[in-house]
Amino acid sequence: MPKPLVRVNEFVVKFANINGSGSASANRLFARAILRMGVAATPRNIFPSNIQGLPTWYEVRVSESGHLGARGGVDLMVAMNPQTWDKDVASIEAGGYLFYDSTRLIPAQKFRDDITVIGMPLTAICNQEYSDTRERLLFKNIMYVGALSALLDIDVAELEKLISEQFKSKEQLIAANIHALHLGREYALKHWSCPIGLRVRRANTVGNRIFIDGNSAAALGAVYAGATVAAWYPITPSTSLAEAFERYCKRFRVDKESGKNRFAIIQAEDELAAIGMVIGAGWNGARAFTATSGPGISLMQEFLGLAYFAEIPAVIFDVQRGGPSTGMPTRTQQADVLSCAYASHGDTKHVLLFPEDPAECFAFAADAFDLAERLQTPVFVMLDLDIGMNERLTEPFRWPENRRYDRGKVLHFEDLDAGKEFARYLDVDGDGIPWRTYPGTHPKYGAFFTRGTTKDAFARYTEEGAPYVENMERLLRKFETAKTLVPKPVLHRASQESRFGALYYGSTSPAMEEAAELLAAQGITLDRMRIRAFPFDDSVKSFIDEHEFVFVIEQNRDAQMRSLLLIECEADPRKLIRVLHYDGTPITARYIAETIAEKITFSRVVPLRKALP
Amino acid sequence: MTFLPKPKLHHPELPRNALGLTRRDYEGAVSTLCAGCGHDSISAAIIRACYELALPPHRIAKLSGIGCSSKTPTYFLGQSHGFNSVHGRMPSVLTGAYLANRDLIYIGVSGDGDSASIGLGQFAHAIRRGVNMVYIVENNGVYGLTKGQFSATSDLGAKSKKGTTNRDQPIDLTGLALELGASFVARSFSGDKSQLVALLKAALLHPGAAFIDCISPCVAFNNHPGSTKSYDYVRAHNEAVNRVEVILPREPIAVEYAPGETVAVTQHDGTVLQLRKLGADYDIRDRAAALAFLAARRNAGEIVTGLLYVDPQAEDLHTHLQTVETPLNELEEDMLCPGATVLEALNQSLR
Repeated sequence: MPKPLVRVNEFVVKFANINGSGSASANRLFARAILRMGVAATPRNIFPSNIQGLPTWYEVRVSESGHLGARGGVDLMVAMNPQTWDKDVASIEAGGYLFYDSTRLIPAQKFRDDITVIGMPLTAICNQEYSDTRERLLFKNIMYVGALSALLDIDVAELEKLISEQFKSKEQLIAANIHALHLGREYALKHWSCPIGLRVRRANTVGNRIFIDGNSAAALGAVYAGATVAAWYPITPSTSLAEAFERYCKRFRVDKESGKNRFAIIQAEDELAAIGMVIGAGWNGARAFTATSGPGISLMQEFLGLAYFAEIPAVIFDVQRGGPSTGMPTRTQQADVLSCAYASHGDTKHVLLFPEDPAECFAFAADAFDLAERLQTPVFVMLDLDIGMNERLTEPFRWPENRRYDRGKVLHFEDLDAGKEFARYLDVDGDGIPWRTYPGTHPKYGAFFTRGTTKDAFARYTEEGAPYVENMERLLRKFETAKTLVPKPVLHRASQESRFGALYYGSTSPAMEEAAELLAAQGITLDRMRIRAFPFDDSVKSFIDEHEFVFVIEQNRDAQMRSLLLIECEADPRKLIRVLHYDGTPITARYIAETIAEKITFSRVVPLRKALP
Repeated sequence: MTFLPKPKLHHPELPRNALGLTRRDYEGAVSTLCAGCGHDSISAAIIRACYELALPPHRIAKLSGIGCSSKTPTYFLGQSHGFNSVHGRMPSVLTGAYLANRDLIYIGVSGDGDSASIGLGQFAHAIRRGVNMVYIVENNGVYGLTKGQFSATSDLGAKSKKGTTNRDQPIDLTGLALELGASFVARSFSGDKSQLVALLKAALLHPGAAFIDCISPCVAFNNHPGSTKSYDYVRAHNEAVNRVEVILPREPIAVEYAPGETVAVTQHDGTVLQLRKLGADYDIRDRAAALAFLAARRNAGEIVTGLLYVDPQAEDLHTHLQTVETPLNELEEDMLCPGATVLEALNQSLR
């Protein structure tokens, strides 16, 4: 047997559970206790399209060095689901640990001899302690957290504190949970030598960071940005964004005196109606958004084109996931890049923002409303399930007290009354952005008829070709203006000059950062650029130009961002090398590093600096 | 259509309404529909209804989908903002607009293809949500702009101009609207201007989802013998259940009818709908009876027109959502943004 793993603050624990067994809150408790000890811990929930019965996993990466991406591999498996036993046991790293419920006898050949096995009769203890079936089920989860606290040397006081915070003043619940916690802990302390090779040691790497999921962060951003109308249709993994918006609105947007709401949320009949409502509200001067995922984007295509041509602000949160039907949709992907960038019929291009974590979900959500109104066009905030539905350690949210909304170019009553000229689609300022009016502004001036195309600069109906072309050219100028307003890419130069570059975006970010370290250890250095928006900043093209090869790291099959780069930057296809991960699990640092190393070796490119022996 | 632009000048003694506006102030661009199109009569009726109610044109928003009917908002209320949206999706755009600003008056113009086929879902959901609007379907039983295909309101057995017979069941949008909980349901005929204007006025003042199904013959594709939506057929089979008269709160009730002949319905904003009953025992406040009556008359081959149902206590979507009185599009940072201090406390709670 290999030596059992000995790691302090750097390991991966994975819980294999059964959906609907109440494990989620216990697992979350485990992750948060580690965070409270000042050690970065990143949970990832892998869940089925199911309410009860199917397998679900919760992976916690503990990393004092601050790696928040998925690493790959498992050091301690908490195997609570007999359905997935074989696969779960097989996924443990050599020298790793297996914790399981030993109440039922498991045949010896079902184990491995290169791992440490810790069997605790959880069900038996629960059955003895509790008579109520539900209690037996729920406290079993708390009990294994208690046992793990001993095995991994987690401060039990932090767990107790978290339980008290969770149940607030419900003393009975607090006492019952703490009792179950200690049952598990005492059993572990009595039966094994604690801690095992893996342990958590109090540190100070969390700093002032906060712990929240991207969907909630984006919803909060929408509240701060002054969104008043939300229309949506339930779809995983975006549902929790709309629900979080409602939750925050009820907290922050109810008029204290009248009890009335400063928001309107509609659960629409489908995604078509949802985006239609957003467009209607945007046309009428309210900040409006929808939250959806890939299939919703497909359904919204026609309306998105209308909004592009009619120049109506709209914000769309697309929490990306795997393809059609149920199942894969509860797994993560970055597979809507092209369907959003060019959404709809006719010549259309849309503004996309790619947040990397909850902090950027908040910031980009807020920016999206400013951009949508400034540019009078739909703006997409491209989350994915990995950052949308998982809690992540992230920089605290910031909102400068003096920040004001940019409501864009709107002529109000005073402007119109003073005789300011109004032509809805005339490029007065040379930036491609025309002025607009809200319905109902002035009795005499400023009314116009909104249409998709078939109009002149004065919004008059015309089927002539020349005004159409003129308008389309102006829309391109507007897109150029967008380039100057969207978040700039973030460049990380390698410690020494490199022939290789890496372009990546969104949730790939933490895995990419870590992969760069892994590669550097092998002597492969990379310049890295994180794309944060489309249209691309000119520096993206320069970045491609100045490198011999640029790896484009994505979580989809068709290298969609690479295609977009080829089209929009007119880059040489031979220079852009695909690094793709799309099995539905979050991309890992190991995968990126291995793939890039392999591609470099395969192309017989000698690294600039050999790894030291 | 006419190719002559309308002169901007008008007779100096043209009557003016309470706002000092003439009927001409409610007009739009010259219609490009076929001469004799029922839709143009509906546009004229909308102009007259708005003029007579002295509604400020700029406080009206007119929205439509795609099709002949959806082109008409260009031809009335030139001082109003208009929105020619997506085929069958006017209801959602209107709903969103209404959420943004509850103070405007919303007219949604649609057709039978737009509302009964491609947009049936959106029609249904806007009605059941109680969006405060006038939703008018200019119903000609045919696809005009694509040249003569049957629509979902074409009657069973109706013959197309090319001679084919419709074998699909028709959708009665008034029956559907009643089922869906519309608080104002009426049917009219573009050839009966006085009835249509009165119904439009009542609908415009109704504080909820007001639906008008207006039979509007298509002179190009559905006005031939054998059509059930032709001028001749509708005139011969029109059964009006009542004549409606709208009385604003500021006006004294001047219309007098013999007892038993009239019914006055006071809506909660104070407007009174005075109805002269034509049908014997028809009670316009009874939704179930209206549905039964519609079905019975349809079986007898009659087209029932008039105000079919009204709920004087109607509530609208904003009431359901408990939104503030100020239109949402007028709220500014101080009303919307919780601010930096709150955010810092929130950050703290997430550690």
